[in-house]
Amino acid sequence: MSLLEVDDIEVRYGAIRALKGVSFNVEEGEVVALLGANGAGKTTTQKTVSGMMTPALGQIRFDGERIDGVPAHTLIHRGICHVPEGRRVFPRMSVAENLDMGAFRFKRPDLHVLARVFEMFPRLKERETQLAGTLSGGEQQMLAIGRALMGKPRLLLLDEPSMGLAPLIVKQIFDIVREINASGVTVLIVEQNAAQALGLANRGYVLETGEVVLSGSGQELLADDRVRAAYLGEEIATS
Amino acid sequence: MNDFMNFVILGLTRGSMYALIALGYTLVYGVLQLINFAHSEVFMSGAFGSYLVIQSVVTDGSSPPWFAVVGIIVLGLGSGAITGAAVAWSLERVAYRPLRRRGAPKLAFLISAIGASFFLSQLAGKLFNRLNNNSFPTYFNLNKHVIDIGGVTVSLVQLIIIVSALLMMLFLDLLVSKTKLGRSIRGVAEDAPTAALMGIDIDKTISRTFVIGGALGGAAGFLFGTAFFFSNTMGFIPSVKAFAAAVLGGIGNIRGAMLGGLLLGMIEAIVPTFPWYKPGFIGTAWTDVVAFVVLVLVLIVRPSGILGERLGRAA
Ligand SMILES: Nc1ncnc2c1ncn2[C@@H]1O[C@H](COP(=O)(O)OP(=O)(O)OP(=O)(O)O)[C@@H](O)[C@H]1O
Ligand SMILES: [Mg+2]
Repeated sequence: MSLLEVDDIEVRYGAIRALKGVSFNVEEGEVVALLGANGAGKTTTQKTVSGMMTPALGQIRFDGERIDGVPAHTLIHRGICHVPEGRRVFPRMSVAENLDMGAFRFKRPDLHVLARVFEMFPRLKERETQLAGTLSGGEQQMLAIGRALMGKPRLLLLDEPSMGLAPLIVKQIFDIVREINASGVTVLIVEQNAAQALGLANRGYVLETGEVVLSGSGQELLADDRVRAAYLGEEIATS
Repeated sequence: MNDFMNFVILGLTRGSMYALIALGYTLVYGVLQLINFAHSEVFMSGAFGSYLVIQSVVTDGSSPPWFAVVGIIVLGLGSGAITGAAVAWSLERVAYRPLRRRGAPKLAFLISAIGASFFLSQLAGKLFNRLNNNSFPTYFNLNKHVIDIGGVTVSLVQLIIIVSALLMMLFLDLLVSKTKLGRSIRGVAEDAPTAALMGIDIDKTISRTFVIGGALGGAAGFLFGTAFFFSNTMGFIPSVKAFAAAVLGGIGNIRGAMLGGLLLGMIEAIVPTFPWYKPGFIGTAWTDVVAFVVLVLVLIVRPSGILGERLGRAA
């Protein structure tokens, strides 16, 4: 049994069908990447897994139990933590308060986890009392990841963690995702940065206008001509 | 100077009532980006709710010992708060939630609020009367000067209003900054979908926000009833001013509502103390006009209100 099984889900925004029967699965301990062009449905897929959206058709199972239609605020209690697209830190709360919010599902935040978050992101420790809205983009991304970790995820959903970040920070973020995964957290990551994501992922799925068109191990996808043409064009040219 | 100080006291008295009501507007605006125009009736219901309780425990003209008076006031605040909370909770359920579920436009909420407001005001008119002659039983000397320092006097009723309002505001401030409930309210106000991802139940939080705002408004209704005659239409004027106070302080900002309410009360009270003030020319009726002119001037300089800073994406 997979940790996460997404079975033929269809998701709509009004009349728009954003996902038209998407299926994939994530095994415990894996890193799985979702790739695809803008508007392919990657964010919608993650939102449906974390309970922000309900599929019109199809099922989602986590640990064997149906979770489609379960609202986000109850799903987090099963350990599905979502770092949403665009970070979405609480701008008028301090860094410390944002981290506290991540642990909202617990009576009080676990101080060991907090210490680990500060170890991973010393920058956050330095800026503990600063308002999150005044952090730089990279710092906000660190905070968003740290906040999700405070919820003690079993499955961590990351939506484009490298968006808009300098190459050095991107590398740092990917190193940390690797470290998080090594500590036993399963990761489902959405990325435009296909080379980085596939380098990290055990497996990947490629979405195109709401459908899975390709899947395979990270290495297979990296070697696939269609993937290279569509997502790695620049990198082939420069490397 | 003493005149001036006495007007400050008067301003604080009015202002603390405005502040309590303004908090209801600002709290709800925070979580829903919506002005709850039926909040005036929440305030009104607090006066009548506490009236029912007070007149059943104390008779007109009695003079209970001071600790009993304190007890009755606490009881009045409590029953006003409970009535206000219950009315605000029901308002959210009946007038707003169904619209929210259907993703109705903001104007629909406004119409719904006006309808609910008429209904509640007429209901109170039916249950009590439509005359502005309701008052609590007299059980203490309202006008007794409890503080008198060199001509600066504070009457008992002023002291009661100012102290209880300040205590409630302090309590709210702690609730919002220190408790999980407070954090859930702030989370929903800043970014509701993300708050849900943290495990916060948005509907429950909205409900509780109405309850808290309603309790403060209802308690203000009791305080108003302690000082003045009240009626089923008492809500309108103080609420318009409280709404203005909330905007003055920065709508959505809790400390802003407190500050805005107190300021507006002061401005209103202080205008008549100016040397150029002539009752014949700018009489008391014009005080409101002056107060609102000041308000508009402040908003021209700071369009988002005194404490209404906008940060990043939160705008
Ligand atoms: N709130 C919405 N209302 C209507 N349509 C939406 C909404 N959100 C997304 N869509 C549509 O659903 C489709 C999938 O969007 P989604 O955000 O999942 O894409 P994505 O793969 O994450 O793209 P990107 O790489 O640009 O983030 C798009 O066609 C988009 O226009
Ligand atoms: Mg996206």
